[in-house]
Amino acid sequence: MSATVEIRPAPHIKGERSVEKIMSHVVYSLLPICGFYIFQYGISAVAIILVTTAACLLTERWFITTGTQSGNLGDYSAVITGLLLALTLPPGFALWMAFVAGAIAIVLGKAIFGGIGHNTFNPALVGRAFAQAAFPTAIATYTPSFLPGRFTEFIPSSLAWPLMTPPDVVIWLKERQLDALAGATPLAKWKFEGVSVDAWDLMSSLSGHLAVGPSPLLILLCGVYLAARRYMDWRIPTATLGSACIAAWALFSFDPGHYPDPFFMLFSGGLILGAVYMATDMVTSPVTPRGMWIYGALIGLLTVLIRYFGGLPEGVMYAILIANAATPMIEQISQPRPFGKGKQKHRGASYPLNPSYISREEDAAVTPKKRILKNKPKRDSGSEP
Amino acid sequence: MKFISYLRGEAFQRGVHPPSSKMTAQMKIRRLPFPPKVTVPLSQHIGKVPRPVVRVGQEVVRGQPIAHTEDWLSVPHHAPVTGVVEFIGLRPSARGPWVESIVIRAYPGATQEDLWGQPRDLSTANGSEILQAIWDTGMVGLGGAAFPTHAKLTVPKQAHVHTLVVNGCECEPYLTCDHRVMVEQADDLVTGIRYGMRATGAVRTIVGIEDNKPDALVAIDAAIKRAGVVPEGEIHAELVPTKYPQGSEKMLVMALFGVEIPAGSLPVALGMVVNNVGTLAALGQLLPAGRGLTERVVTITGPGVARPGDYIVPIGTPLRFVLDYAGAPAESHQVILGGPMMGQAIASLDVPVTKGVSGVLVFRKEDMESREVLNTYPCIKCGECVESCPMGLNPSTLGLLAAKREYEMMGDNFHLGECFECGCCTYVCPSNIPLVQQFRVAKQVLRERAAA
Repeated sequence: MSATVEIRPAPHIKGERSVEKIMSHVVYSLLPICGFYIFQYGISAVAIILVTTAACLLTERWFITTGTQSGNLGDYSAVITGLLLALTLPPGFALWMAFVAGAIAIVLGKAIFGGIGHNTFNPALVGRAFAQAAFPTAIATYTPSFLPGRFTEFIPSSLAWPLMTPPDVVIWLKERQLDALAGATPLAKWKFEGVSVDAWDLMSSLSGHLAVGPSPLLILLCGVYLAARRYMDWRIPTATLGSACIAAWALFSFDPGHYPDPFFMLFSGGLILGAVYMATDMVTSPVTPRGMWIYGALIGLLTVLIRYFGGLPEGVMYAILIANAATPMIEQISQPRPFGKGKQKHRGASYPLNPSYISREEDAAVTPKKRILKNKPKRDSGSEP
Repeated sequence: MKFISYLRGEAFQRGVHPPSSKMTAQMKIRRLPFPPKVTVPLSQHIGKVPRPVVRVGQEVVRGQPIAHTEDWLSVPHHAPVTGVVEFIGLRPSARGPWVESIVIRAYPGATQEDLWGQPRDLSTANGSEILQAIWDTGMVGLGGAAFPTHAKLTVPKQAHVHTLVVNGCECEPYLTCDHRVMVEQADDLVTGIRYGMRATGAVRTIVGIEDNKPDALVAIDAAIKRAGVVPEGEIHAELVPTKYPQGSEKMLVMALFGVEIPAGSLPVALGMVVNNVGTLAALGQLLPAGRGLTERVVTITGPGVARPGDYIVPIGTPLRFVLDYAGAPAESHQVILGGPMMGQAIASLDVPVTKGVSGVLVFRKEDMESREVLNTYPCIKCGECVESCPMGLNPSTLGLLAAKREYEMMGDNFHLGECFECGCCTYVCPSNIPLVQQFRVAKQVLRERAAA
């Protein structure tokens, strides 16, 4: 027995979770979604995913080497930002714009706050918000999915030179006699033309040439995997989708002609992707369990409000950003109740608190059962003999 | 909420499930040889320090009182070996500072029988006589806190105790001493429980055992049956779902009775007294024999220990002797007194086993390597600690405040005082933030500020 012993503080054992593990599992769960996206849009999708991820990683690397940001490249968080940003951009988005958006996502979304753990807003959404403000036409231009030849030919707008306006996709589609398929996203169609798409088509993203992102069903499946492995909190997506569904259903039942049914609401646009992957971003969501419910519900409600009453067809991004900003306040009002403080509820247990034969009064005195109108005298009790 | 916990019917929602690693659970308790020299620190317990009643050079027999006290919150000590007092003065302690200790050199030829004890009949003794007898044994809580047992069993005047809860959870990984005591000394445990019930006036005893120790339940049930109808009241043994930190008395009461002990109060507020199985089993042995506490069961374990097991160790045995006997690996890197979650790493192998030491845990360098390579990140606010804190605190926010030294705010707004340093938050933290350590510092600073 040598005399060299080290002293460390308790606990001396450690759980298996680490930041790298959580983040890499999120990346793994995003891979099937990216694969489906590539299946839908071909090499343009490959290019945009690579460009945004590279932009995020390069920017992150710059800020880490200059020492202005915490974390390291190996923690996978910048990869998540890049992949999510790519999935929220239209597939034909000019690659130079995507690069700028990716860089902005890290600079304004993460680095200026101090890196991983310190950011207030979801970096991918900051990047997308920037793109929305800077390139409003490009970001609203969707091309149909499952175009023939998508694996051999880029969508022309993708390859625009930096600082150049991308060529018009509508002309390109017309040249290829595909203009019958051309169109905006289902949400924009509903908003501006009043055309609603069947919810099942939206869920699978497979039928026709819809201008949509990856299949919401697939995203939900990947989300269930993450939640089951506890790499994501199940409360936030549940609350978001639940509140969006309830709000949409309330409006739908109020005026079915004017508002679409709640299923269209749930599966169109980026709501599922936002609820499962963006809203659950750990750093920008509340830590308290009750706060997560409030936060998720706020996102769902805001999404419906922006979509129905705002000027934009899509509202998920701003809803999440607003809820991110509200997170500290939500945490303040939703702190957990400490053990043994405040109102407690009696749980089912093996033994009654008091051995009942000591005295009935004492037994009842410690765990009072509140019943409504318990003390109210019965009206007919006096009349009976 | 964790679904698995919900489905398992766990009574308290939060907490963690560290790997149990109880490799000595099926090994019989063995006796460690008497060391050539023992060091008995005068302060091994919570409370005042007793004063030595022996001189240097005096011969003592095993079981003879060597330190005496008049203070209620203090206990006497007894000679763990027959020998001669060699030194009275400062010796290193597990906590770091050197403390007043009595060093006894054992006679190599002595039989080491406890000849001092006078067997006595306590069957007609009343509560206060039993409490006095418990005090005379020098018994403290053997679970780890080392709170004087007679003080714990004393019921305040205005309070009324109806239930004695016996804590056989042993939720710490690696430790099995309580488990083996329950299996092998179940009859002593029932005897001790009867003394405890008479001392407190309780009419009901419930032994709470985690469900990874079903053999302990069988043994205790058999012992209860053998004891028959006892005049003190009824005794039950009950399995509770395995979860750390079930062994905390608040969590055990929650698991058994479904109520939370109000913050800042003791179980006696609900009419309960909680005691460790090891304590009561030892009382069941010592009280009828009229002896003092001179030895205890200690789990000596850890990866690489050649002969791990539960050993009966004389109080005051130096750790170096214990580890040499158990065959600790030469490249031992970390030696911990207690369990891996709350135990204390020690800096010197010269410190003795005291009354509150339930385990000696030895880790090699390679066992600690997985922790060395972990990166530390800023808090990513995953909320895992919030879902693990058994006291329902918000360790994430507390940790951020601690980093900014906002100790007052931690105490006033975020209930830092409720934290009992179980280590769950640090165990789960993916960012590898030393949360419990920060909270210990914060609590210490707050205590000092309150005292100033």
